[in-house]
Amino acid sequence: MKFQKRHIALLVYILFLLLPIYWLFNMSIKTNTEILGSMTLFPDNPTLANYATILTDPAWYSGYINSMIYVAINVVISLVVALPAAYAFSRYNFTGDKHLFFWLLTNRMAPPAVFLLPFFQLYSSVGLFDTHIAVALAHCLFNVPLAVWILEGFMSGIPKEIDETAYIDGYSFPRFFATIFIPLIRSGIGVTAFFCFMFSWVELLLARTLTSVNAKPIVATMTRTVSASGLDWGVLAAAGVLTIVPGALVIWFVRNYIAKGFAMGRV
Amino acid sequence: MNKITNNKAWFLVLPVFCIVAISAIIPLMTVVNYSVQDIFGPDSRFFVGTEWFQQVLDDSRLHEALLRQIGYTFSVLLIEIPLGIGVALTLPRKGWGVSACMVLLALPLLIPWNVVGTIWQIFGRADIGLGGYILNMLGVSYNYTQSSVDAWLTVLVMDVWHWTSLVVLLCYAGLRSIPDAYYQAAKIDGASRWAVFRFIQLPKMQSVLVIGVLLRFMDSFMIYTEPFVLTGGGPGNATTFLSQYLTRMAVGQFDLGPAAAFSLIYFLIILLVCWVFYTVVMNAGQREEQ
Repeated sequence: MKFQKRHIALLVYILFLLLPIYWLFNMSIKTNTEILGSMTLFPDNPTLANYATILTDPAWYSGYINSMIYVAINVVISLVVALPAAYAFSRYNFTGDKHLFFWLLTNRMAPPAVFLLPFFQLYSSVGLFDTHIAVALAHCLFNVPLAVWILEGFMSGIPKEIDETAYIDGYSFPRFFATIFIPLIRSGIGVTAFFCFMFSWVELLLARTLTSVNAKPIVATMTRTVSASGLDWGVLAAAGVLTIVPGALVIWFVRNYIAKGFAMGRV
Repeated sequence: MNKITNNKAWFLVLPVFCIVAISAIIPLMTVVNYSVQDIFGPDSRFFVGTEWFQQVLDDSRLHEALLRQIGYTFSVLLIEIPLGIGVALTLPRKGWGVSACMVLLALPLLIPWNVVGTIWQIFGRADIGLGGYILNMLGVSYNYTQSSVDAWLTVLVMDVWHWTSLVVLLCYAGLRSIPDAYYQAAKIDGASRWAVFRFIQLPKMQSVLVIGVLLRFMDSFMIYTEPFVLTGGGPGNATTFLSQYLTRMAVGQFDLGPAAAFSLIYFLIILLVCWVFYTVVMNAGQREEQ
């Protein structure tokens, strides 16, 4: 049957996606002697020792907390500034709107490596180096344009008559926006928050450059540990698995909107 | 949709403008500033004009990195776009399978980039990694830390693993927007599978494919973290792409002037390619509509 063949191809692809992740998980529940000693598809003696190491050592788990804090700050900032702007882009023509929109997008195209040094100097000079705010603001460089872009797509799908009716009914703009419009684009906001979370969570270069001790993110902890103390594969794998968990949880909440969100609400 | 002209809308855009200006214009000005000066210390700096730009443009190692980058980005696009379309066509359209596939497909996208590097670093090793072990068992001599071809291929496969899902999800969103009536009409006309793809599915996917190609181009052109973790740019310079080279120049050797000049050129290349592609495709789309 034709359908069977299609599904086999899909299964092969998903297997290809999951195999490396499985291998990481597999290593995280092995001891180092087993990792280095023999090639086993399933661990002989599953152990949670590697996870225990991470969850009891502040040097490790503070990294997760730091990452969560700056990601959360970034998502809030991005949404708060992007919501009104996206509304403006979706509803009004104004002087320079097209250029502004393209200029915003160019920031999404800028290689973070270009901004590395200036960011470092900028945040050092205003005393924000090694704070969560610094990383959150730096990530706004690509998250705010992205948020505007996605939200604009979702907002353009809402008929304008709704705005007009509300104004005729005597709603002021802030009241209309907060009580009618935002509930209407809930799913868009959810998807946008998901994307801001995603790009802030996965970014390493800026987060690592702008922090040293107090706000050091987990991704930086991982790269530094590898270079410093040789290779403790088991703990490294466990740390990797733990960074996947928050992402997997977040995807579950937006699973029905993901496809539309990836298309920036433009389908 | 007809939009009202209202310049008060600027007030709504102002917060975004300010925040992006702080994090984009000021740093960019710093880069421009560095690119035309030679800086010895806080108080001793000299204007050097276009010297750094000339030095960067004559840098033969930079040319190699650029060629490597172009080859890499094209390989990424050539593999990921067709593969993404193909996988999107096999996805189920309804039922519990949809949610399950969405979550599984999106999973690689949510993994921090350095962890992606770590995953493949572990997976590809011949002694402790499943992938490298199987390949060597099959008689393929494979070692990404020694052979530059293997290293390059590993980085490529890693990128396919990491980002094809993005293309899949985009295409899937495009496919879902096709009403069933189109397929029924095609069936009545006796259209072949290829004709359905060429005349119904592909046109509907066009706008999302533009987004997909643009995103994949930009991101693969600035790839840094994954090869940094996986191979560190080696062996030799086999996987040293532009961002690696730039970071090494700016942070490693602290050559601020050349690094800044290079940054500007780098940024302009990306902008130019994206702008040209975007304009060409959008114009083609408008012509078709007319």
